[in-house]
Amino acid sequence: MSKLRNRLARAALLVLTPLLIVGCGINNIPTKEERAKAQWAEVQNQYQRRADLIPNLVETVKGYAAQEKGVLVAVTEARASATQVKVDASTLTDPAQFQQYAAAQDKLSGVLGRLMMIQENYPDLKSNQNFLALQSQLEGTENRITVARRDYNEAVRDYNLEFRKFPNSFWASTVHSGSKPMVMFQANAAAQAAPSVSFAPAATAAPTQ
Amino acid sequence: MIRQAGLRGHLVLATLALVAMASAAMAAPKFPPLTGRVVDNAGLLSPQAEQRLSGQLSELEAKTGRQMVVATLPDLQGYEIEDFGYQLGRAWGIGDRTRNDGVLLLVAPKERKVRVDVGYGLEGVLTDALSSLIIQNKILPAFRAGKMEEGVMAGAEALIGQLSLPDDQAKAIAAAPPQDQSISAQDGVQIFLIILVILWVFFGVLRGGRRGRGAGALWLLSAILSSGGSSRGGGGGGFSGGGGSFGGGGSSGGW
Repeated sequence: MSKLRNRLARAALLVLTPLLIVGCGINNIPTKEERAKAQWAEVQNQYQRRADLIPNLVETVKGYAAQEKGVLVAVTEARASATQVKVDASTLTDPAQFQQYAAAQDKLSGVLGRLMMIQENYPDLKSNQNFLALQSQLEGTENRITVARRDYNEAVRDYNLEFRKFPNSFWASTVHSGSKPMVMFQANAAAQAAPSVSFAPAATAAPTQ
Repeated sequence: MIRQAGLRGHLVLATLALVAMASAAMAAPKFPPLTGRVVDNAGLLSPQAEQRLSGQLSELEAKTGRQMVVATLPDLQGYEIEDFGYQLGRAWGIGDRTRNDGVLLLVAPKERKVRVDVGYGLEGVLTDALSSLIIQNKILPAFRAGKMEEGVMAGAEALIGQLSLPDDQAKAIAAAPPQDQSISAQDGVQIFLIILVILWVFFGVLRGGRRGRGAGALWLLSAILSSGGSSRGGGGGGFSGGGGSFGGGGSSGGW
């Protein structure tokens, strides 16, 4: 009788142990890592989409405001340097490279903001249907970038927590020792200061407000 | 999970969970309940208009499977309408879970803002540019004249019209919005949009059936290839979202 009970207990242990291990979150790290990477792909996708919009936009603005050469060149250069900073999954754990990428993209956001502001001085440009379409696409893309960045941050926060929660951090240092916490986007100072951009060259033509 | 961790793990976990819950609660706005296809919390519509609009919206879903919701809000709780819109769309889960084919028309009279939020799966049909045109040409003129109901109805009808078209026609309109002046420039936009859609489908397929774009793109691809409509049984009396997601596509305007 007790032998049978012993056997049953052993069988139960055999069945339960793997379940317990899985229940302990041994798979959490790879699962959440993949989710964060997928969100990262979305961020890159949207930044790429913005980069694709820019040549067309610059071309259109040039047709109406060729004398705004400074801004146009700045946008083209910022786009070039932003597309040069390559980021793959391995960079996500490297703060220096990640910040470089974020900084390049933020710089592009800044000069794009300046480009969109010069339209105030060019009524023809402002009422051009093609420009309006591009403008709404750019706005939509910037909005998608914001959402994608936030989703990525959310996924990374969730993933990084795995390295700090007690039972799960055990797996991080043993089975998944190759996985590292990822870097998140910071709310950048440039984006917060964006509304107060001073466009010095256009100061003489500004009293429209 | 907790059983093995012991008391310490318990405590740490509980604290972390509390912190996570608290921060999530602080970050997310409070969403009104989804009471129907028209949620007129700001009281902009007459009962007849609301009923008519609701009928048109359920007809749209019966015909195309796409869900659209019109919501008016008393206020945005201090959020930007872009910020509020996609989160509301996600919270309500407008659109099908795999196709993400939901559209949300959001009006906030107090902040004088209006927004069209487009689900991942419809971004090729209802582009940002077209959403912007509908807002600028159909909605805002009426709003500026103080005719709120007229603006909501005209905007909703324009959106429904675009969403009801077969995919190829809808894309043609999305690619070449009416009343363009410069023909060569318009061609450029058209080619560019086509490339964009191709890129989008390509990346979506590469990335597989992940929530959102991947699934949306796959669905789009199959829709292009077969152009067969898929029907789904509408949920009896009450209306509820299908679990669709939003990624910030669409356009906004103010008056």
